[in-house]
Amino acid sequence: MHSTSYVVKFILIVSTVVALVLASMATLLKPIHDRNEAIANKRSILFAVNDFLETPVRQMSDDEVLEIFESQIEQIVVDVNGNVLSKEEVQERGYPGGMAEHVNLGRERRKPESERIFPVFKFQTSDQVLTVVSVRGNGLWDEIWANVALMPDLNTIAGVAFGHRAETPGLGAEINDNPRFAKQFQGTRLFDEEGNFKSVTVVKGRATDEYHEVDGVTGATVTNDGVTEMFDRGLRYYFDFFETVKVQ
Amino acid sequence: MADTKILDKPQIQENKPLFGKRERRLITDPINDNNPITVQVLGICSALAITTQVSPAVVMTLAVIFVMGFANLFTSLLRHSIPKQVRMIVMLIIIAFLVTVVELSLKAINYPIYQELSVFIGLIITNCIIMGRLEAFAMADKPWPSFLDGVGNAMGYGAILIIVAFFRELFGSGSLMGWELFGPGEQFMLNTDAHWWLSWYMPNNLMVLSASALFVIGILIWVHRAWNRKLIDVS
Repeated sequence: MHSTSYVVKFILIVSTVVALVLASMATLLKPIHDRNEAIANKRSILFAVNDFLETPVRQMSDDEVLEIFESQIEQIVVDVNGNVLSKEEVQERGYPGGMAEHVNLGRERRKPESERIFPVFKFQTSDQVLTVVSVRGNGLWDEIWANVALMPDLNTIAGVAFGHRAETPGLGAEINDNPRFAKQFQGTRLFDEEGNFKSVTVVKGRATDEYHEVDGVTGATVTNDGVTEMFDRGLRYYFDFFETVKVQ
Repeated sequence: MADTKILDKPQIQENKPLFGKRERRLITDPINDNNPITVQVLGICSALAITTQVSPAVVMTLAVIFVMGFANLFTSLLRHSIPKQVRMIVMLIIIAFLVTVVELSLKAINYPIYQELSVFIGLIITNCIIMGRLEAFAMADKPWPSFLDGVGNAMGYGAILIIVAFFRELFGSGSLMGWELFGPGEQFMLNTDAHWWLSWYMPNNLMVLSASALFVIGILIWVHRAWNRKLIDVS
């Protein structure tokens, strides 16, 4: 048996050594971690316009992702009333980067609706400009989100990329893992012929309305309903911004 | 004086081979005769969680080999100075330290795999096999054999992990290491819908759920025992 003072000293020394090594490692790797996180975030935005890219996002190198973001994407941040915010205004809201890619919708969701800000990405292809907007909602276990690319008419969906934090693999996680789910959204429309917002609904069984319905994932009712709700609510925040664009 | 000095001299130790018979057994034993999963039935929790696809299982195996080898090594080096009253806490500090090293490095080296595995890398800390080997082996043996024992057990664990992941990914998603092999749909190399005699085929969704890992492990234990006669008397 060791004395109590020996035990205390031993634990103190071990903890200090471990803490020092881990702290210095975390500090040294921080720039690389930040870079990786930023690139992963950029990739998730590009996924929404995957079909309009020359090489699919998965096969792109990190430098190619940065290059496309530099040359083909314009970032805008808007508030609920459709006003475009300046970089300084975004920084005041707690995002030191000040760009649309830095806006964290998960954090925005905790603010009152009138104070939230939203990211918009304008993607310039060879002949048209696609608008990518972000929506966020709740799945079964935790948050789910999507980047939605819209055609220049701001009505037809050009592509969707889903993400989730903790949906069940094989069930709810299929929204992200199974490319066929997101593929169904291509060509669906936000507004009906009279111009009323109808959104896109995830239905059980076969979708009958080709413009406003898609097939749900079997066995993932709560996630499916979460996607429906997320689209219905999340896209509304952008309506005022869409109006200002249409007027121009 | 000169005489006593000679007498005090410790006996010259025979040079032990780096990979002698005992050392080799330390590696091979846990892979077959004393496998942590199929014989000792430890570490089942993580075997359920990360075996839906082969590539995360491979990364998990590498991470566990690293953590287990070095946790055994460090514990063995400190075995005489670790106070017995708090040895579990000290082991936990060592394991948590190594797991954090793995997590920080993976986040820097391969971010997509880090995102896929993030929760489970942290859960290596709770892997009962590691704590078991530290208590049973490293606290009582020299550093080099301890290191080999850790690596051997991690390889035994990883072998089962990869076998289970192979069957679950193949029959659950029709793919291996992300290569789409067979299933209904154009993205698969063998599109079962295109051949009338295969059009009945559907990927088995049950294989993707955790419960199927238990079925696969159960069958593996059965096969292992039927094949390795030594195990029949043990239980």
